[in-house]
Amino acid sequence: MKVAVETDVLQRIREQAAQRFEQLGWPTPRLEEWRYTNLAPVTRVEWKRADAPVIGDPGLTYRTRALAELVFVNGVFSSELSDVATGFSPSRDRLKPVLQVTTLRNASAETLEQHFARYADYETHAMVALNTANAQDGAVIEVDDAREGFIHLLFVGTDGFASHPRNLIIAGRASQLTVVETYIGSGTYFTNAVTEIVAGDGAVVDHIKLQCESIGAFHVGTVQVHQERASSVTQRCISIGAAIARTDVNVALTGEGASLTLDGLFAGTGTQHLDNHTVVDHVKPHCESIELYKGVLDEAARGIFDGRVIVREGAQKTVSRQENHNLLLSATAVVDSKPTLEILNDDVKCNHGSTIGQLDEGAMFYLRSRGIGEDEARGLLIYAFASEIADRIKVEPVREQIRRTLFQSMPDRLPERRGGAQ
Amino acid sequence: MLEIKNLHAGIDGKEILKGLDLKIEAGEVHAIMGPNGSGKSTLANVLAGRPHYHVTSGTVTYEGKDLLALPAEERAREGVFLAMQYPVEIPGVNNIYFLKAAYNAMRKHRGEEELDAVEFLQLVREKMKVVELDESFMNRGVNEGFSGGEKKRNEIFQMAVLDPKLAVLDETDSGLDIDALRIVAEGVNALRSEKHAVLVITHYQRLLRYLIPDFVHVLANGRIVKSGGKELAEELEQKGYDWIEQVA
Repeated sequence: MKVAVETDVLQRIREQAAQRFEQLGWPTPRLEEWRYTNLAPVTRVEWKRADAPVIGDPGLTYRTRALAELVFVNGVFSSELSDVATGFSPSRDRLKPVLQVTTLRNASAETLEQHFARYADYETHAMVALNTANAQDGAVIEVDDAREGFIHLLFVGTDGFASHPRNLIIAGRASQLTVVETYIGSGTYFTNAVTEIVAGDGAVVDHIKLQCESIGAFHVGTVQVHQERASSVTQRCISIGAAIARTDVNVALTGEGASLTLDGLFAGTGTQHLDNHTVVDHVKPHCESIELYKGVLDEAARGIFDGRVIVREGAQKTVSRQENHNLLLSATAVVDSKPTLEILNDDVKCNHGSTIGQLDEGAMFYLRSRGIGEDEARGLLIYAFASEIADRIKVEPVREQIRRTLFQSMPDRLPERRGGAQ
Repeated sequence: MLEIKNLHAGIDGKEILKGLDLKIEAGEVHAIMGPNGSGKSTLANVLAGRPHYHVTSGTVTYEGKDLLALPAEERAREGVFLAMQYPVEIPGVNNIYFLKAAYNAMRKHRGEEELDAVEFLQLVREKMKVVELDESFMNRGVNEGFSGGEKKRNEIFQMAVLDPKLAVLDETDSGLDIDALRIVAEGVNALRSEKHAVLVITHYQRLLRYLIPDFVHVLANGRIVKSGGKELAEELEQKGYDWIEQVA
């Protein structure tokens, strides 16, 4: 009977979202929000939908170090590759575990009724509607106390498939949790992910998203964060894969004294197109948001940072800082930086800034004057620029993994590509 | 070791060095003094191979090689070191990592095996004592948040580790207090040997009290207008650069 109820909840919302997507249609560059990114190449493909996981080795795992690891292949949960039986411990009331990790299909009707699709807006965002309509599976994580360690969600795509992973993270009152999402794969596929995060009163949530899709893949993803009173959320988004990637991180600070750290790094080469949108909505007073996005674009890659900070009428004493810094490594690389502040009251401390530059010539010369070859010097400086974001990741194995990925994806590859000798 | 002949060079299309001649042998310490705008820093930058400086005529021969034909990193690997007037800050590039990369680039160039982390750390600790830099500096970004004096000491420290054959100090003394000046001088004195040569470029005579040069040259209007022994520095200090400009 329980299953029937769940299906009802999901089914009802899916149908509504499907109808809404019918009305909205695929976003096009005619929409201001999509003016830089054209999803036409995605819409032209007849994507397959998976009903069972098809590959054996996901290629990246933190299994031994994560509290739990959930692996989804083309959107389908693989119990074989996953390890969810860790991290459970009795809560104070001994009725409910402190940490519950499950999948969308197995989540309780109560949880879904209360939280599913309550935060990510499928009424106005077509891609959220498309995800909601097609959401097959995903992780549902509930935590009611402080948990050290992290949960890893791994999404693997394979050639020809579309997937719509849908995750829900609910951090209860005064709880603490870290969740890492990694997107990888091979070939040409399409991922359209949505993660909803609810940080209850005083909750501390650290969320890391590593978009490391195959270079032929398309990735669209929304991270929707809802923060309540005195909650503290850190969201870091690292985007280095995919042919076309569009990431939206939307945060609503809906309780007094909430604080938010938003970090982002997008690094592209070749003809990669990496579009990053963030919206921080200060609804209540005394909240703080600190945002830093960095872009590194080489060859003919294009990067976009579009960051909006809204400070509502009632949100006095807001502190907000937003920065976007970009490094262009070639004459054909492009970056569009569009930070926007909308302040509707005058009792705030807000600033934002954006820079676009090349590698610092003085620093290049300094390194070379000490015997370090041009390619290595270049690699060091690029890595130094990018690693500021990676260095702030608190989860050690993930930080090291990202550092390695960055190191491999940038400095080491550069000499090779340029046919240099070092 | 180094022979500069009739060097004409400048930046942004403007000629600053106008026929400079200078010869430095191994084992010697030379000082070049001169007023602002005389071409001191241009000389240092041309020797180190900084981009945007252009040489219009003349030659620079270093150990029998055409120095000007080498890219900056090759000059460094051949043993030319420039202690910069304005060392840059490079956040995100760890000091010790940077120095190890530099050190091993030179060893590799000489066909020697690279030092491992432990061996390198030993070397670094030894050299740090000379410049009185705290070890905590090593794990910060290159020059990141260093005071002016710390940056200059870091230059001397790098010089001590890299052990160049020819060290060029570009106004390393400017802005230093007496203690820092003494440390810089000690660093240079430690390098003194019959195999090494040092070229100290300075505006003031102060540093030369701790670091006795074998030769002093006066640079004015892009040329060396007077050369002599260490006493020339004192004469300059007393009479000022106006005197030189009159002589020239």
